[in-house]
Amino acid sequence: MSNIRLIARLDIKGPNLIKGIRFEGLRVIGSPAEHALRYYQQGADELIYIDSVASLYGRNNLSDIVQSAARNVFIPLTVGGGIRSTDDVRHLLRCGADKVAVNTAAIAQPGLITEIAREFGSQCMVLSIQAKQIAPGRWEAYTDTGRERSGVDVIEWARRGVQLGAGEILITSVDREGTRKGFDIDLVRTVAAEVNVPIIASGGMGSAQDAVDVVRQGHADAVAMADILHNKRATLAEVRQHLKSAGVEVRSYES
Amino acid sequence: MSREITLIDYGVGNLFSVARALEHCGAQVSISADPDEVRRASKLLLPGVGAFGNGMQRLSEKGIDLAVTEAVSRGTPLLGVCLGMQLLLDSSDEFGLGHGLGLIPGKVVAIPEHTADGSRLKIPHIGWNGLVLPIGRKGWQGSLLETTPVGTPMYFVHSFMACPDASEHRLADCLYGDTRVAAVIGRDNVWGAQFHPEKSGEAGLKVLRHFVERS
Repeated sequence: MSNIRLIARLDIKGPNLIKGIRFEGLRVIGSPAEHALRYYQQGADELIYIDSVASLYGRNNLSDIVQSAARNVFIPLTVGGGIRSTDDVRHLLRCGADKVAVNTAAIAQPGLITEIAREFGSQCMVLSIQAKQIAPGRWEAYTDTGRERSGVDVIEWARRGVQLGAGEILITSVDREGTRKGFDIDLVRTVAAEVNVPIIASGGMGSAQDAVDVVRQGHADAVAMADILHNKRATLAEVRQHLKSAGVEVRSYES
Repeated sequence: MSREITLIDYGVGNLFSVARALEHCGAQVSISADPDEVRRASKLLLPGVGAFGNGMQRLSEKGIDLAVTEAVSRGTPLLGVCLGMQLLLDSSDEFGLGHGLGLIPGKVVAIPEHTADGSRLKIPHIGWNGLVLPIGRKGWQGSLLETTPVGTPMYFVHSFMACPDASEHRLADCLYGDTRVAAVIGRDNVWGAQFHPEKSGEAGLKVLRHFVERS
């Protein structure tokens, strides 16, 4: 197996890195460029950028931010928010993105997943799912950064998305996002059992132990971190060390 | 030795990040989709993200495939990255059989989804994985990996893998489950890296720097 990936997630609104709680009450954290560089230097395995208001405006606004990150950050960059066509994808890849994360447009038009996978490869097509629990063991997919219900069952959608060509799933718990209460382990485990592509767990990391739990019990392949890093509650090195001590395989990295 | 590198633009690459990483390593980079410029290049880098068939089709539509093979036969150093590495081989099974550039004998096949003991491997193979010596290889002297310690983690993202026919064309592997994945291949002035050196942090930059400075 590969090493578990430690991913810094940067939610962006306009020119700013922001963070909310359950995607609401967005607070400005600072400059995306400074944070990206710092996380790279601390040994992040990957960065995920999500334009948190793009779906509202129908376009992704991250070209400049991604282009500037790609100048001095030499790790994979995944970019999501407002991607609606293969042209959007081509543009972002040209800006320096390696993968795209698609949520809203894929739910509206599932064929887009296949188009992206055919043209750029499955490994480029990350299906982003925002999941809100509706009953024990059941979650509904939300669109537009956790704002709109879709009526789509998350587990069903994950399976279909992978059949259509998604190469990876970014599963974000809307209930846990920004709460520091730990990942929704049931959600991650249920999705991981359903599909044979890597799963990135997102939403709720309060401590390094939460990462261990979502890997061990949830079978996540990667862990997305936001608030815990942005608010300097832990550094990437501390999280990495904690995982390593717990016996989870991570990339060896010396800063 | 020239630090000029022509980055081949055939519409499927993460060009900007490769260009930026090469510049960071001291290269003078020009991006080109023009077969004549490819023929005249002092060094070539073939990037690539995506599907084999689509990539090869775009290369041949523009006549770049012939330009690349001509340049290589005259001794121009070429580095293929990810899909660009897979395109160096003869053929691929991805989305139906497709023909490649045929610069390194062998083919591209899907990564097996199961290990010998039946456990499931996730596909695509995504993540950081350490470079190991292929069976029978003693070291990396005189290759792109000359300054890279065995075990160095690099960033991989792929569902298909290159299988060179000849073991001497296999420079480095990585282990995914019990599958040996060809991580770096090479033959004379042609090299291919399955991982993304431009996305593998400082370790990846070191490999690119070697290509820029030494090849």
